[in-house]
Amino acid sequence: MPEHTDRNDATGTGARRIELRALAYDVAGTRLIDVPALTLRPTGTTVVMGPNGAGKSLLLRLMHGLIRPSAGEILVGGRPLSPRQCKAQALVFQKPVLLRRSTVANIDFVLKARGKDRSRSRSLLDRVDLAALADRPARRLSGGEQQRLAIARALATEPDTLFLDEPTASLDPESVQAIEGIVAAAARDGVRIIFVTHDVQQARRLADDVVFLSNGRVAEEASAAAFFNGPETDVARAYLSGHLDRLVET
Amino acid sequence: MPITASDGHSIICLAAALASAKSACKPLPFVGMSLVFRKFCRKREILQQIAESVGLAIGLLLAADADLLEIVTLSLYVSLSATSIACVLGLPLGAILAVTRFPGRGPVLVLINALMGLPPVVVGLIVYLQLSRSGPLGFLGLLYTPTAMIIAQTILIAPIVVALSRQVLEDLHLEYAEQFRSLALSARQTIQALLWDGRFALFTVALAGFGRAVAEVGAVMIVGGNIDHLTRVMTTAITLETSRGNLPLALALGIVLLALAMAVTAAVHGIRAGTAGHADA
Amino acid sequence: MRLPAILLLAGLGGMADAGNVILQSTTSTANSDLYDHLLPRFEARSGIKVSVVAVGTGQAIRNAANCDGDVLLVHARPAEEKFVADGGGVERFDVMYNDFVIVGPQADPAGIAGLDDVGAALKRIAEAEAIFASRGDDSGTHRKERTLWEMTGIDPVLASGLWYRETGSGMGATLNAGIGMGGYVMTDRATWITYGNTQDYGIHVEGDPLLFNQYGVMLINPERCPNVRAEEGQALVDWLISEEGQDAIAAHRKGGQQLFFPNARTAE
Repeated sequence: MPEHTDRNDATGTGARRIELRALAYDVAGTRLIDVPALTLRPTGTTVVMGPNGAGKSLLLRLMHGLIRPSAGEILVGGRPLSPRQCKAQALVFQKPVLLRRSTVANIDFVLKARGKDRSRSRSLLDRVDLAALADRPARRLSGGEQQRLAIARALATEPDTLFLDEPTASLDPESVQAIEGIVAAAARDGVRIIFVTHDVQQARRLADDVVFLSNGRVAEEASAAAFFNGPETDVARAYLSGHLDRLVET
Repeated sequence: MPITASDGHSIICLAAALASAKSACKPLPFVGMSLVFRKFCRKREILQQIAESVGLAIGLLLAADADLLEIVTLSLYVSLSATSIACVLGLPLGAILAVTRFPGRGPVLVLINALMGLPPVVVGLIVYLQLSRSGPLGFLGLLYTPTAMIIAQTILIAPIVVALSRQVLEDLHLEYAEQFRSLALSARQTIQALLWDGRFALFTVALAGFGRAVAEVGAVMIVGGNIDHLTRVMTTAITLETSRGNLPLALALGIVLLALAMAVTAAVHGIRAGTAGHADA
Repeated sequence: MRLPAILLLAGLGGMADAGNVILQSTTSTANSDLYDHLLPRFEARSGIKVSVVAVGTGQAIRNAANCDGDVLLVHARPAEEKFVADGGGVERFDVMYNDFVIVGPQADPAGIAGLDDVGAALKRIAEAEAIFASRGDDSGTHRKERTLWEMTGIDPVLASGLWYRETGSGMGATLNAGIGMGGYVMTDRATWITYGNTQDYGIHVEGDPLLFNQYGVMLINPERCPNVRAEEGQALVDWLISEEGQDAIAAHRKGGQQLFFPNARTAE
């Protein structure tokens, strides 16, 4: 597990600290996200949890600059989120959107678009154990393989921060394990991980910190140990015990 | 000399009877054609006749009459050139329209969709007025040349290529947009990726354009002039033979044109099938 | 207009046919293979290649007035003379003639078979309200037909869409339509002789001097149209009215019948 200290705060990993200030996101007059203040430490793996409809995916998209907040601001490394900073982030979607090309061509495409060294594609595929399928049409891969390719493609951009939006939802246990291993390895390599899941066991396995969302608000924000051992809010307690999920999903 | 229509089994038989009566198959002398057509009329089944007439047309193609070959080649040259140019101009334009939003985009799309319905003869007339010696581009001396025919057909099918590719690529972009924005792709990179990933659907778009080009007669007749050995193509030859009352020859040419269109389509689908693995939606 | 595309193509240019003389002419002459017979002889003599654009006389004259072509060979004398008078053409020469005929079905609903008085025939068609297919396209044939109707004092246009059917098409298309409707059609003899889809039709009216059909040829005025290949074009005109050209016209036959009768010399 990486340490939680902010080494080199001004120039190094500190540039990855994400601060949300008075952040709001409205759709048709309904406030879907309402976060007065939240600071995500610049290292380690943060798991964003919460029941369906809590706003987890929206929060991720706001932090990645895919959608604009209705009010408030997002600071990255102390500066308002800029296209350049967005470029230093990558996002893996719940359903991978792969190009209609071969596996390796999906990686090559990103390397070329970002002006990176094209020779890295094979080693990237090695990292997600897809080297043997390099020349397969990407869209013929299994769901788990497709998601691994999507992660490799995200890593190809050499991101500071990697967002993952429920990447293992609807995958088989073996694929889930493989993807968790890839994400953990990336975290060890120093990539800042922000991982959305509603799988409590997965959160336990991956999280250094937890942000628990409910109805678009941050209900709890704590280290993983503190959160899982003693959740402070009723809603988090109910969620961890499995009651809320059932409540919401029915 | 007069032949009654009542005993004919079909238009084909009637045409065949006329052909044998007059053997007026010039200037495309297909030796033995009237004989083959006469053989037709002994068959009763219309389906059989159609099947045989297709076979006959293939026979005509294989026998490769020099005049027919010249006309077929020019048809392909003109329509494939027009399709290529319309695609080179129209596909990027369709992609830009698919990806960008700007004031007036709606009316532009309506206009382009409307232009898809332009009658070929109107396009021919417009191009004629430009290329005529008394028109603004008359100095180029392009009227009654294959180049003039390519220009007219390009204008005819470019709106089809733009409108259909816009639709195809917009649907594709809907799927890719968020991922592409996450990857921080430039508009240019986005368009290039869409054009490449949509290539199979775009082949079909190009085919639609080619089909309209190779089948139209109104535009090439006016700007090409249907000059023998210079600007005569399949459709203008069919029109000519029809106006000469050479219905069997006109019909045979029509079948050859159909075979030609099918061959081009099959070739494109062959390309698709060869690399179809990447085309899954 | 997509001007950039056009200029791009013009830049590629090479397809422009710089060498050929363009002859604006009529479907009746082209469809009867007259030019397939004449032009190789002219080319052998002069080395000049000729491209034929075959349209109706009206359109041929308009194309010529737009300078699109070098030589005009049509059959509508008043229009030709007006064209020359307006400076469109240099000098008009009679080159040949044939004649018009009225063809009809064997049933002959107006009972005109065998008449040699075209005016009487047209009157009978109008009285019987038998279907008559007209070119309706401002061609030389159409103008001639209108003149003949005027002479009878009948205005068939009043019955347009009833028994008088204006096809707005070429001779062959009008024959196809007229025969399809079981109607009468006035056609030039050359087109009829070479026409393939005759069914039970035959010539009902012929031989009236009024049905005389004169063709004229002229060079398009190079002073008005600088692009005109005056030398080659004039060579074609001169050859057509020369003894050799006239003999070649007389020698063109279909099914043993002479289609056009040269009269350049007699007309002078």
